[in-house]
Amino acid sequence: MALQGTCRDVGEIAIVDFSGRITLGEGSAMLRKTVRDLIEAGRRKILLNLADVDYIDSSGIGELVGLYTSARNASGELKLVYLTKRVHDLIQITRLFTVFDVQPDEAAAVRSFR
Amino acid sequence: MVPPTQRLEVTLNTELESVDLAENIIMRVAEAAGFSEDDVHKLGMAVREGVVNAYNYGNAQDRQKKILLTVEFEQDQMVVHIVDEGSGFDLEDVADPLAEENLLRTSGRGIFLMRAFTDDLTVRRGPTGGADLVMCKKLPDRRGGNCRF
Repeated sequence: MALQGTCRDVGEIAIVDFSGRITLGEGSAMLRKTVRDLIEAGRRKILLNLADVDYIDSSGIGELVGLYTSARNASGELKLVYLTKRVHDLIQITRLFTVFDVQPDEAAAVRSFR
Repeated sequence: MVPPTQRLEVTLNTELESVDLAENIIMRVAEAAGFSEDDVHKLGMAVREGVVNAYNYGNAQDRQKKILLTVEFEQDQMVVHIVDEGSGFDLEDVADPLAEENLLRTSGRGIFLMRAFTDDLTVRRGPTGGADLVMCKKLPDRRGGNCRF
């Protein structure tokens, strides 16, 4: 399924609920555009809900890393919540748990933003 | 007597759609071979990464070039070849994506994932000088040791 994302706000935090696959092509492009638009709109607290993302490839992982850096360079924070097992395993084996702030649930994620 | 090798060969266009196609083909073949659901997923992902490499780096998105995907079944292993028409590369030249200085790179994890999801990965020189990525996976209930090819 092509990646889809819907944005909502919880206070200052922009939460994007994604569903589908984050892979080379439309998926990773959609992810990139959605988050970059938020950063360019001045949003500094961004939470990506990946509960319905059942697949990500190395291009998708690279995209997430790039967006993490973009948010940080804009003095913002980008966090992840609700990783499926496969996405969790990929983040783990690529050592990206040392990079990403992955929260166990939305409430904890909201509290964790500075 | 050595049993005959079963072989499937697919010529793919150098286009993004070929990545999904190759992944789906391998997953169906792996399912038919009796691999577990988890291994089917891993094989699909490994081939996806290999075809992405062939598309992006080997063939540099040149639509005039082709990607050759071959699956062979030997006595106890499945061997996948992904051959591009580029100029080849050495695995030793691929940076380690797990190194601290590389963690924030936005690319460079494909080879690592191919290795993680298969039993063995090597790169040979293809017939036209491009890369021949060779991945193998022991067939179900026949694990242990390196692949022979």
